[in-house]
Amino acid sequence: MSAHAALAGVSRVYPGGDGRAPLHALGPIDLALRPGEFFAVVGPSGCGKSTLLEVLAGLAPASEGTVTFEGSPVAGAVPEGVGVVFQEDASFPWANVYDNVAFGLQGSGLDRSEIDARVRSALAFMGLRDFASAYPAQLSGGMRQRVCIARTLVLKPRLILLDEPFGALDAQTRLLMGDEVLRLWRETGATVLLITHALDEAAMLADRVGVMSARPGRFIDVVETGWPRERDSRLAERPDFGALVARLWSSLRVESIKALGHT
Amino acid sequence: MTRVGWLRLGIIGGAIGLLEILCRAGAIKKVTMVPPSDMVLALGQLLAKGELLDDIGRTLSSVAIAGAIAVAGGILLGIGLHALPRFRRAVEPMLASWYAVPFFIFYPLLVGIFGLSDAPIIVVAVLFAIVAMIVNTLNGLDRVTPVLRKVARVHRLNAPDTVRRILLPAIAPHLLTGFKLATAYSFIGVIASEFILSTSGLGFAIAHAYNNFETRKMYALMLLIIVLVTAINTALFMWEQRLLRRRFNR
Repeated sequence: MSAHAALAGVSRVYPGGDGRAPLHALGPIDLALRPGEFFAVVGPSGCGKSTLLEVLAGLAPASEGTVTFEGSPVAGAVPEGVGVVFQEDASFPWANVYDNVAFGLQGSGLDRSEIDARVRSALAFMGLRDFASAYPAQLSGGMRQRVCIARTLVLKPRLILLDEPFGALDAQTRLLMGDEVLRLWRETGATVLLITHALDEAAMLADRVGVMSARPGRFIDVVETGWPRERDSRLAERPDFGALVARLWSSLRVESIKALGHT
Repeated sequence: MTRVGWLRLGIIGGAIGLLEILCRAGAIKKVTMVPPSDMVLALGQLLAKGELLDDIGRTLSSVAIAGAIAVAGGILLGIGLHALPRFRRAVEPMLASWYAVPFFIFYPLLVGIFGLSDAPIIVVAVLFAIVAMIVNTLNGLDRVTPVLRKVARVHRLNAPDTVRRILLPAIAPHLLTGFKLATAYSFIGVIASEFILSTSGLGFAIAHAYNNFETRKMYALMLLIIVLVTAINTALFMWEQRLLRRRFNR
């Protein structure tokens, strides 16, 4: 099976200058995302997880190696069909929820009724139907993140990249948002890559979990979770769930200690 | 209205009342100042006669032209400077000390270039107003969070669309601050210029009244300008409040 998106020998070095040494942030790293899979990346802080996502999205160039999406090289621009949700609140404070979600469709040449239908369905999907005319400032952090997910969803992305999207949310909200992401993944059929620092989140959501080393980040372990496609946060009650989290932690523990030493 | 609001109204009302009493009692001579109530009356008579309409129109159109050039030009220059960080660092001290220069010294030069028309007036007002707009545009752009620029790239927007659809709305509160200042500075630039180098406009009319000892008319004109500027500023303030209320849920 050919990869939906792939990194081959990719590394990223931030150039130095002004007396600073160049920073080797990532790699060399290989990653082949299978079509329709849910892949989670965990790693110690500062290991280059977000850099990996930015390189894969085409937001940052690879210093070495090649990045491909659906067989075409990714260079200098985000390819059509790739959606990204960021950790930071990226909702537009000047627009109401409806216009936030419609953003990527406005000026796309679609007619108004098609835009309206897509926006309404994304709002309904993310539980935002009653908030269409609210402004982000009136919403909680979790709701604003839903707005950003809905804004990505209307574009019908085939690859969805999530950069710690629930990092700023409380633990319970995070678990419930995880359920929504699973639902989204199942119903859209998209390939999903999730960057997270939460091992339980990675273990619960993903088909495969890649564990990264301390900087410069490389994969030191890739674990198949073997969960059924129909799943939700109740996985956390199963005994093998605990064993999986324990395995991830045993891979990660030494690297996390290293990362602490670095900072 | 809040208690502070009433207090504020009381201070203004008290000051006007005090002036009225001092003028009526003769403590302030009639050639120096007419009582506020008489200013209102005189303004009503001037407006009723209609002789001021040309001057009002002239001044307001000069302010509108200068303000529009300053706002549009200031936003464009602000965006341009922000995109050229090295050039920006080179000119920033000049922008910071811009208002230390009394522009009115350039009158003779501008009249020499443009002749006695509206042009030198508008140029002075634009010079006066544009830097406030540039500085506020830069301030806003400096505070745009990096994630919004990433969102623009994820949506594959080109540079003009990034500016139009993301950056300008993101910095709207800063633009409004710049807009308010640019409007105020345009008024100052236009009216002060009319004092010296014009044969029409409200500034000229005040100077003319002053030179001809038409004290009553002079105060009526001053009152008119204050009312005009206050009305415009209030409208801008209300617009700003509406925008901020939505944005910050206040």
